[in-house]
Amino acid sequence: MRTLLIVILAAAALLARPAEALDAALVEKLGLGDSDEKVEAINALAATGDPKAAALLAALAEGEVETAGKRVLVVKGDKATDAATGEAVVPPPADREDVIVNNRLRGAIASALAALKLIAPDRDVRLAAVKELAGGADPSMLPLVKKALEQESDPVIKPMLEMVAATLELSGGDRNARIAAIRTLGLSGNPNTKTLLLPLVEKRPDGTFAEADEDVRIEAQKSLRAVEDRLEWGERAGLLFAGVSLGSILLLAALGLAITYGLMGVINMAHGELIMIGAYTTYVVQNLFRAHAPGAFDAYLVCAVPAAFAVSAAVGMALERTVLRFLYGRPLETLLATWGISLVLIQAVRTIFGAQNVQVENPAWMSGGIQVLSNVVLPWSRIVIIAFAAAVLAGIWLLLTRTRLGLFVRGVTQNRAMASCVGVPTARVDTWAFGVGSGLAGLAGCALSQIGNVGPDLGQAYIVDSFLVVVLGGVGQLAGTVYAALGLGFANKLLESWSGAVLAKIVVLVFIIVFIQKRPQGLFAMKGRAVEA
Amino acid sequence: MKRRTFVRGTVALAMAAGLAGLSLEAAAQAKTVKVGVLHSLSGTMAISETVLKDTALMAFEEINAKGGVMGYKIEPVVVDPASNWPLFAEKARQLITQDKVAAVFGCWTSVSRKSVLPVFEELNGLLFYPVQYEGEELSKNVFYTGAAPNQQAIPAVEYLMSKEGGGAKRWVLLGTDYVYPRTTNKILRAFLKSKGVADKDIDEKYTPFGHSDYQTIVADIKKFSAGGKTAVVSTINGDSNVPFYKELGNQGLKATDVPVVAFSVGEEELRGVDTKPLVGHLAAWNYFMSIKDPVNDEFKKKWATYAKAKKLPGADKPLTNDPMEATYIGIYMWKQAVEKAKSFDTDKVIAAMAGQTFKAPSGIVSKMDEKNHHLHKAVFIGEVKADGQFNVVWKTKGPIKAQPWSPFIVGNEKKKDEPEKIAAKQ
Amino acid sequence: MGPLASALTRLYGPQGWAAIAACAAVLFVVFPILALAVPASSPFHVSAYWVTLIGKIMCYAIVALAMDLIWGYAGILSLGHGLFFALGGYAFGMYLMRQIGADGQYRVNMPDFMVFLDWKEFPWHWALSDSFVAQALLVVLVPGLLAFVFGYFAFRSRVKGVYFSIITQALTYAAMLLFFRNNTGFGGNNGFTDFKRILGIPITTDEMRIALFCVTGAVLIGTLLCLRWVVTSKFGRVLAAIRDAEQRVMFCGYNTAHYKLAVWTLSAVLCGIAGALYVPQVGIINPSEMSPANSIEIAIWVAVGGRGTLTGAILGAGLVNGAKSVFTQAFPEYWLYVLGLLFVLVTLFLPQGVMGLLARRREART
Repeated sequence: MRTLLIVILAAAALLARPAEALDAALVEKLGLGDSDEKVEAINALAATGDPKAAALLAALAEGEVETAGKRVLVVKGDKATDAATGEAVVPPPADREDVIVNNRLRGAIASALAALKLIAPDRDVRLAAVKELAGGADPSMLPLVKKALEQESDPVIKPMLEMVAATLELSGGDRNARIAAIRTLGLSGNPNTKTLLLPLVEKRPDGTFAEADEDVRIEAQKSLRAVEDRLEWGERAGLLFAGVSLGSILLLAALGLAITYGLMGVINMAHGELIMIGAYTTYVVQNLFRAHAPGAFDAYLVCAVPAAFAVSAAVGMALERTVLRFLYGRPLETLLATWGISLVLIQAVRTIFGAQNVQVENPAWMSGGIQVLSNVVLPWSRIVIIAFAAAVLAGIWLLLTRTRLGLFVRGVTQNRAMASCVGVPTARVDTWAFGVGSGLAGLAGCALSQIGNVGPDLGQAYIVDSFLVVVLGGVGQLAGTVYAALGLGFANKLLESWSGAVLAKIVVLVFIIVFIQKRPQGLFAMKGRAVEA
Repeated sequence: MKRRTFVRGTVALAMAAGLAGLSLEAAAQAKTVKVGVLHSLSGTMAISETVLKDTALMAFEEINAKGGVMGYKIEPVVVDPASNWPLFAEKARQLITQDKVAAVFGCWTSVSRKSVLPVFEELNGLLFYPVQYEGEELSKNVFYTGAAPNQQAIPAVEYLMSKEGGGAKRWVLLGTDYVYPRTTNKILRAFLKSKGVADKDIDEKYTPFGHSDYQTIVADIKKFSAGGKTAVVSTINGDSNVPFYKELGNQGLKATDVPVVAFSVGEEELRGVDTKPLVGHLAAWNYFMSIKDPVNDEFKKKWATYAKAKKLPGADKPLTNDPMEATYIGIYMWKQAVEKAKSFDTDKVIAAMAGQTFKAPSGIVSKMDEKNHHLHKAVFIGEVKADGQFNVVWKTKGPIKAQPWSPFIVGNEKKKDEPEKIAAKQ
Repeated sequence: MGPLASALTRLYGPQGWAAIAACAAVLFVVFPILALAVPASSPFHVSAYWVTLIGKIMCYAIVALAMDLIWGYAGILSLGHGLFFALGGYAFGMYLMRQIGADGQYRVNMPDFMVFLDWKEFPWHWALSDSFVAQALLVVLVPGLLAFVFGYFAFRSRVKGVYFSIITQALTYAAMLLFFRNNTGFGGNNGFTDFKRILGIPITTDEMRIALFCVTGAVLIGTLLCLRWVVTSKFGRVLAAIRDAEQRVMFCGYNTAHYKLAVWTLSAVLCGIAGALYVPQVGIINPSEMSPANSIEIAIWVAVGGRGTLTGAILGAGLVNGAKSVFTQAFPEYWLYVLGLLFVLVTLFLPQGVMGLLARRREART
């Protein structure tokens, strides 16, 4: 932030004629005027290109501008300076009032600052600025934009800048310039251009067109169609991504269950709570980092992943040792016992952490998103979770097929008695396998904490879905779980865009019920000769 | 053998606990009055309601420290209806008939209120309901200390329509699929229509309870907003807000482009959210923690001290919110009404409630309407700040009278603005 | 010994009959007298709170019996029995809603939520809602038909074990979401509440309460005897055989799907009846009754009481719900610990439930 500000100031300094102080009348308007006056003042200040103006606007956006009587002050910490002259005011007056910045002002400041940044020497700053302006700029910025356009040579930024100029010129007078602007806009894939073009083709209630000039209208129609086509693709891509993302979350939530239930036959109703424990572990790790290593805060997640696995696995193994061990062979009774355990775990978390949700902050590298198309932003958090799910899947596959423990687990699953005969310590394998399954739940919790809320009821929301995924995929089959999770994710998202979220969910559930009738053992049935598993 | 001794041990323990409870009761002062607290401490609603129970207990403690109500010490009876609606009715009956409480403070969801309403009417009990709700109801036995739609939803939409609020032309009405969002959106739709907004510019969307995947919804909002300046009115309930806001932030939908105004998101709900990407989104309430007022400062201080003293979870960051304020006002108004009526009798207290005033933490003098059992409240619109607090950007000139029967719902113009006695009962 | 007497002795021994008679006496004579004839000031007076609470638990006990029939005797664990219970409740609730008449908030002869939705006339599924007899039939028919159709396909394709449990769970979950929608026409999340009358008689009078209470008690005892008759018959023995070794029963030439379908449907019908009795007593029916958690709880009542014993099911429903009512008052913050641990301990140490414990006691004594 600070370096950015310096860059802006430097850039503005290049542009501006040296000035002793800001226009006092403008500053007063900025501090004490009504909103219209404030917006006016912001634009006027930005148009001067004065670095002091940029600094003042940045301070305003940060909520550091206050007023005392007629005087407008910039207050940072306990130091106050006069906004117009820049001289220090010691001591700061007592009866100050905040200048409240609402959305309207914030938008005006952002585009004003962006306009100033257009001529920054750093390419990235300019790119960010032009992107900001593409979202909507005030016509008063046009001179600044044109000036920047003259200097700009970057092949990426220049067309974008032209687009911005076009949007600004759209409302301007000259017919030819407008038509040219409309044509330029037709090349855009930005949804905002649609907003600009729509009024040009709109019919008023009395049947006349809002835009009198027919040529302009026809051009606008053409451009609009071109933009809409482009947007259409973005929507499809977005839908696809949403499906994969939901699928990956379902997969993470269900993988642990696929082990504990699919391979071991334990109906673990406390699986959701193990997910929740993973999420709370992430929360605790985050707090430890915040308290002891604020500098490395962004890395907390890296530590939280193994921690969540370990804690959930430990809880799971403890449960296996103390409770589930005595219930093997009675799968439906594990359901009851684990249901009781889940109640206890929920209430325990409520007692320790409170009934309210706790805050798990995304590390900086996971917030925001990557813009692949103008109307498709893929959030980093979701991309990371998809990758994470894939990694976890690969890991568990390796564990099951390439390690001794995996071999034992598979052996015990297929024939417990025989495995025991050839010397597999089945009891210990059970404990470890349950630990792995629980640990996977913990990992899911860690991932879920990044996109949803972390509260005592977190697990309850996922337990039904997880069981459906495992059962649909076919018990005891990792591949089935993967297909089922992704399939449900896609189906849900496709239906949702078509029928709304509530009906989509109902339709998917009914589909599962019907599907199980067709294939009572799920997508991938266990192969074997037994009539009954 | 071991097992049996264990079982015996537990039974003995339970009995001992019961006895201890009894002796405590006996030791208590003779001059006490029982008051019920009916908030879910477990189940899905515990997330919101637990804190109201604590607020009520704090207020009781405070009143008791100052000598109680008419010299009677308040003895709270806390029960847990466990977010289970039939259990709400059972517990309400229990509080009134078994514990013989003078008043009950409780409920959050509309369905819990609807569930206990017949019980309170039948047994002539007294309920103080502290949460904003959809209106369309008026009972003699209930005092509504939360906002009616005209005290929250309509001012917020008016603000967003104004130039100041961004001059929104298109509206996404997004809610969880249950009665409060449905009613609020129905009222808002009628209101927007009366302001000349066409049907095609209103998009009404609902999600199931506990919905956590808002990718499609946010993408749809984005798409819709391409058609003109758009604002989102969110009546998403409780838990679903966090994933919604996270998705909003991550997909880069900023408040300056598409502001979201929420009616169920306050300081407590934002506790679980990283608010930096949400700066500028709005909420409309009758109280914000950030309101600068001496009464509010005192209220906040009291709560912080109480939370620390009782080691409540989250005491490291004590937050106050609108329903807490409404609970607090309700309790004090009840106390004043009892003292005015010089009786705990339900009918006398109801009569005395009319026109009660209380200096509320929101900085206004809140008045209980003479007739309609709702509070007169000021409306504040706040923008989310980076620290999870709200910046008040707009407020009404003074308190507004509640309209439980919204004039924007057809047929309500005939409704009387006071509870009717239900004739068919006898 | 006549055929009737032999049938009776087949069901219960003299001790059992005596116990049932005693229960009946308490339910039908003692309770009504204590509630109606004894003045409210007397310590022996039974208040409306107790009447509705016990009435509610008896409804749950009927559900537990129905659950025990399919789980304890036929080995089918349903995690969706809450749905049948709720459907019965809704069917009767519709009638109760119509009985409100014009006394709702809007003073129109239509349920409030319909007025609110701007519906001018009743939708098709409300066509018969004005008639007590029709809705009473629907209480039986709707859950029965749904169970029959669902069971027909599920048992025909031999969906069993956990798969069956999970799809019943999916079924009730889907239904819950459907009923949550306002436009489905069942009052959305609020469901039905604020009932005023049954057959024109106000619902809040003590007489009406006791009447409902007695009807519930009668249905409970009737269900117990009926199920006892089922499980002690040849049919019942085939059921137990299916539970223990379905393959063998099939190879003996029985069509197990028919047997399963029959008990499954019967069980759903019983749940529906219980739901219909439940609604007027607790005063609300809403979709949360269909939530998967509620259905799991039903299984837990049976497990706590003791699977495969009908008395156990009743006992379990009573114990768990009684405990819940007491604990939510006595330890509002900690009752979930108690309840949760209870489930764990019961499954660990009392695999046969409380009945198993009692049986062991008896054995130890003799």
